[in-house]
Amino acid sequence: MTTRPRPEPVQVIKLRRDAALSALIRAIPYVSFMGFQFDRRGDELTATMPYQDMLIGNPLLPALHGGAMAGFLESTALLELCWQTLWEDVEQGRILPADLDAGYVPKLPKTIDFTVDYLRTGLPRDAYARARVNRSGRRYASVHVEAWQDNRSRLVAQATGHFLMPERP
Amino acid sequence: MAELTPQVFLDALPHARALDMRFDGIHDGKVRISMPYNPALIGDPATGVMHGGAVYALLDTASGMAVTTHPVSGGGTATLDLRIDYMRAATPGQRICAEAFCYNMTRTVAFVRAVAYDDNTDKPVATATGAFTNEHVKRSMAE
Repeated sequence: MTTRPRPEPVQVIKLRRDAALSALIRAIPYVSFMGFQFDRRGDELTATMPYQDMLIGNPLLPALHGGAMAGFLESTALLELCWQTLWEDVEQGRILPADLDAGYVPKLPKTIDFTVDYLRTGLPRDAYARARVNRSGRRYASVHVEAWQDNRSRLVAQATGHFLMPERP
Repeated sequence: MAELTPQVFLDALPHARALDMRFDGIHDGKVRISMPYNPALIGDPATGVMHGGAVYALLDTASGMAVTTHPVSGGGTATLDLRIDYMRAATPGQRICAEAFCYNMTRTVAFVRAVAYDDNTDKPVATATGAFTNEHVKRSMAE
């Protein structure tokens, strides 16, 4: 009888997931420039856009710039998509845990189109976002993303985007 | 007080300044705004191409300005929705120039189309279509 290798302790897997996520985030200069942060709880990612003056688009109100909000939503959609496919690749053995430990960064999907629906004025304070991958095929993916500020049920903006998936390893 | 030129107006928008946007004039009602290539705005480290969010901000800003500079604009605007189609990757190292045109204006809503190019002006980098609000800015705020 062959013995199965002992599964790795959950804590090791957790640390590896967090390291893989931060390697992915660090690899994208725009994300650092804008100060976006990503928080992982299980398989769910929550993005934060901490308030900075440079995010303002209407200094009279003041209100966040629609472009900054769009960049935040697009980054959240892209990261969620990338994160999900990365994890699938690891679970199916296409990418080895050792690759992740060495700081492997996957090829990123490319945005085909992105539509933002501005529901409320973006207030000069932190914003949060979560994305849902509605369809992820071999070539194309469709992602919906929602952003809010103080109240999760009062969205500040929502968006849908289509992405071209990179060739899988 | 300094004259409120389009560039002064643009510089008053912190996010436009963060991306180093430049007002390049209005030609046949089309507002032109450009921004330089900036390695800090790279979205895909494998290719060095700028992030879609930066291009989106440029197109959104040019579109908003096409609304506020329209002859019957109330002077203020906010984006209701904006869709961007990314046609091709912008060439790293080149300026991106956006041109926006408000093709229909009602008392409350403005409809805008915009295009973004790099040095190759035959093939757009991205196109945008959107609806914006048309708002009357109170005089005291505008001054």
